[in-house]
Amino acid sequence: MAKHKTPLLDQLESGPWPSFVSDLKHQAEVRAKNEEGIEFQIPQDCVEDLLGVLELSYKHGRTHWKHGGIVGVFGYGGGVIGRYCDQPALFPGVEHFHTMRVSQPAGKYYTTEYLRNIMKLWDLRGSGVTNMHGSTGDIILLGTTTPQLEEIFYELTHNLNQDLGGSGSNLRTPADCLGSSRCEYACYDSQALCHFLTNEYQDELHRPAFPYKFKFKFDACPNGCVASIARSDMSFIGTWKDDIQIDQDAVNKYVENDSAYPSNAGAHKNRDWGPFDIQKEVINLCPTGCMSFENKQLTIDNANCTRCMHCINTMPRALKPGKEKGCSILCGAKAPILDGAQMGSLLVPFVEVNPDNDYQAITEVIENIWDWWMEEGNNRERLGELIMRQGFQRLLEVTGIKAAPQHVQYPRTNPYIFWKEEEVPGGWERDVEEYRKHHLR
Amino acid sequence: MAFISSGYNPDKPMEDRITDIGPRKYDEFYPSVIAKNKGKWSHHEILEAGVIVHVAESGDEVYTVRVGGCRLMTTTHLEEICQIADKHCDGHVRFTTRNNVEFMVDSKDKVEPLKNDLASRIFSGGSQKFPIGGTGAGITNIVHTQGWIHCHTPATDASGTVKATMDEVFEDFQSMRLPAKLRISMACCLNMCGAVHCSDIAILGYHRKPPMLDHEYLDKICEIPLAIKACPTAAIRPAKTKLADGTEVKTVAVKNERCMFCGNCYTMCPSMPLADTEGDGIVLMAGGKVSNRISHPKFSKVVVAFIPNDMPRWPSMTDAIKKMINAYSNGANKYERLGDWAERIGWEKFFEVCELDFSHHLIDDFRQQAYMSWRQSTQFKF
Ligand code: HEM
Ligand code: HEM
Ligand code: HEM
Ligand code: HEM
Ligand code: SF4
Ligand code: SF4
Ligand code: SF4
Ligand code: SF4
Repeated sequence: MAKHKTPLLDQLESGPWPSFVSDLKHQAEVRAKNEEGIEFQIPQDCVEDLLGVLELSYKHGRTHWKHGGIVGVFGYGGGVIGRYCDQPALFPGVEHFHTMRVSQPAGKYYTTEYLRNIMKLWDLRGSGVTNMHGSTGDIILLGTTTPQLEEIFYELTHNLNQDLGGSGSNLRTPADCLGSSRCEYACYDSQALCHFLTNEYQDELHRPAFPYKFKFKFDACPNGCVASIARSDMSFIGTWKDDIQIDQDAVNKYVENDSAYPSNAGAHKNRDWGPFDIQKEVINLCPTGCMSFENKQLTIDNANCTRCMHCINTMPRALKPGKEKGCSILCGAKAPILDGAQMGSLLVPFVEVNPDNDYQAITEVIENIWDWWMEEGNNRERLGELIMRQGFQRLLEVTGIKAAPQHVQYPRTNPYIFWKEEEVPGGWERDVEEYRKHHLR
Repeated sequence: MAFISSGYNPDKPMEDRITDIGPRKYDEFYPSVIAKNKGKWSHHEILEAGVIVHVAESGDEVYTVRVGGCRLMTTTHLEEICQIADKHCDGHVRFTTRNNVEFMVDSKDKVEPLKNDLASRIFSGGSQKFPIGGTGAGITNIVHTQGWIHCHTPATDASGTVKATMDEVFEDFQSMRLPAKLRISMACCLNMCGAVHCSDIAILGYHRKPPMLDHEYLDKICEIPLAIKACPTAAIRPAKTKLADGTEVKTVAVKNERCMFCGNCYTMCPSMPLADTEGDGIVLMAGGKVSNRISHPKFSKVVVAFIPNDMPRWPSMTDAIKKMINAYSNGANKYERLGDWAERIGWEKFFEVCELDFSHHLIDDFRQQAYMSWRQSTQFKF
């Protein structure tokens, strides 16, 4: 028997899409029955109370959670988010209901053995409610009490070889696309780079020393499956420098509408768009107009290709990214708070992604940026805002990267150039008396 | 319930302490066909909505069956996922960035039994536990944030608005009949944990009333300078006020007309709550994208300034979303994303064909980027 009536939430049980309400109710029952005889370390009926407080929010149209109270594990400045219910008398099971962020493996592959170990720990010491995954990327364990935090951390590190993720003003848990593990478009091994940097910067991840949060995200090609260009202070997007690899026979298979060569890898199968037309669907849609198809021969003027991926996505069996692969680095993306949304701006057009020297070319850029941001960034100022405040030119200066037309959409439209004194012959110190000899007062 | 120690000794927190070990290494978890063919994939094909085959240079194949998942997920449900993975996939499973779950098998004959098993599992309330879909030119799962289930600043619920929307667009989750992929995202306050500002359609919770001030407690509970600093628009200043009993207390004053309703002050100071039944609701944005395909990534634009919270299913919100999807589906060219289509026909036409009202709220007045969005031309459509 449910502890609280939930007439509004009950209406979210129907319909085809998986119902989180059904799932929570089921979980509440499983905990109530406790067939496995678990010695729950937080209130057994916390999921009932979670449903109860959510129902109340549905009735009021207002949240019933409070922020505040610093909780965490010893020595770490992040990974735990304090959460308290503002109706503890009604819902004592969720009076203290903190979040723990668990650093997810790159690519988000799991074995059931690992998942079951996490679940077992979380059933014993928490609510058993999770987010798979939070929007930063971590596994989110939703709801436990303060005394359990160290216990969970101890078990994670000692028994599961598993650390917490980041929260607060530090490096947030990096996240990546599945990349070369299962995607032929990948221009670098996003998992390897993501994992390496996550480990390389554990201190920055756990101990807040930054002005504000900082995110890395890794897309192994310009398709951008993890949306790094919109969601990370530093976005690493795979790209290539040389020519798109063309298999002319396969191109012609597409042109002939061979059924083993469905255009766009079959992504449009459920509507009749007519037979594939290479001129209309590829050549004419190429944003740079750098392709042509004549006499069964596809030609790409690679010097003018901007590597948008359209032709490759449309004919994946015929076209592949080039062989000289690496990544572009874009900086400064953030959500609208405080100064409006920003997308990442291109800082490094191309850099090699080289595990053999510990990605030196990449860590150098990262560390130069951090030095600048930690020195100059105001409290709660994201990198994108610092770049806006001090200028993109300053970003180039601190990273030692030479300005190039690739950095801009178009050159500036105002002439208000802040010339530096050393850039102007003779400097700024002048003798007004000397001037006055030729220009009367 | 007796306290069970993990082995941690609170008197000696540093004893045996293990820190900074990071996540588990990704390749411990690869299914064997993935481990073997990593970096050597030749091509892929979406066989039907939700089913993808990747073919390796070696000729090996991996069949992925993608199912929708709620990101809010209990261990009971996870256990069921593990059982399926054990039964069909040698104990391997993967999650996607958009909260889908992927089951992978290494040969074609394993696909049908897996699909049938997934499709047969239904929640007691009637919804599907593992709907197959979310690929290609359709609508995949909605990335979203916490909402009323666990955050202190939401202006609407996340899981509920997502469930209501996915139920309405479910056919497009299970088919690939749109001109291009259509990404929906949801964030429950303007902090946008989910970074929804570059989605084809974005659902955003928004407050419309400045914070209330709990003068009696404010100075006791909050660090006033931190609350002042938290405000992005500098709307908060220190103040003094007299309580009903005549005592003078330190507090803050908010310049209401400068407030953008972000809730950052409430994060810093629980004596400045801003949630409100009438004030809070939903903003809809449209036309953003993050992929570099054909056109550049772009921001979503606000297309509906406000929709009141209408629990539990937000019908006016889902109605507006469906209108946009239908108009897009009918009007866009193959490969054209929603934002590219809107730009091609012009936003003035977008409002007409989507049957959405335009109001003064939709004209940007926030800082210098506003000017860029006004029309500096005599070219427009009536
Ligand atoms: C620092 C900024 C600027 C200053 C100080 C400035 C100043 C002037 C002055 C003094 C004149 C009049 C010249 C005359 O009397 O014949 C003039 C003319 C003009 N300015 Fe500017 N201007 C500035 C920026 C711009 C910009 C940004 C534009 C256009 C994008 C612009 C477009 C023009 C045009 C078209 C004229 C020509 C008017 C004519 O042909 O009679 N100015 N400007
Ligand atoms: C303050 C000094 C300025 C003066 C005296 C000035 C004067 C003029 C004049 C006389 C014209 C020609 C109109 C015609 O063709 O009959 C003109 C055109 C124009 N001005 Fe200005 N203007 C000034 C500043 C600016 C500024 C600051 C801007 C923009 C930021 C601007 C933008 C333009 C534009 C876009 C045109 C049209 C040019 C075209 O034919 O495409 N002007 N201006
Ligand atoms: C600190 C900045 C500025 C100062 C001190 C300044 C000063 C002056 C002065 C003293 C004149 C002569 C007035 C007269 O006797 O006709 C003048 C003319 C003019 N200024 Fe400026 N100005 C400044 C900025 C600008 C800017 C930013 C613009 C345009 C965007 C501008 C556009 C003009 C124009 C178009 C004239 C000529 C007016 C005409 O020919 O009738 N000025 N300015
Ligand atoms: C000023 C801006 C922001 C503030 C004040 C803020 C605040 C918060 C708070 C208080 C929570 C806790 C919710 C809970 O679990 O109970 C949270 C969760 C989270 N935030 Fe943010 N956030 C901001 C921006 C962002 C952005 C831009 C992102 C991602 C791009 C992000 C990603 C997350 C993630 C992944 C979580 C974990 C819960 C979830 O996945 O929704 N946050 N944020
Ligand atoms: S971003 Fe590119 S490489 Fe990564 S999964 Fe997506 S398409 Fe593949
Ligand atoms: S990748 Fe894009 S720009 Fe380059 S040839 Fe293909 S369609 Fe054209
Ligand atoms: S978007 Fe806002 S309300 Fe929603 S989880 Fe993030 S901070 Fe909380
Ligand atoms: S809600 Fe945001 S803008 Fe309004 S007073 Fe608080 S911090 Fe300032």
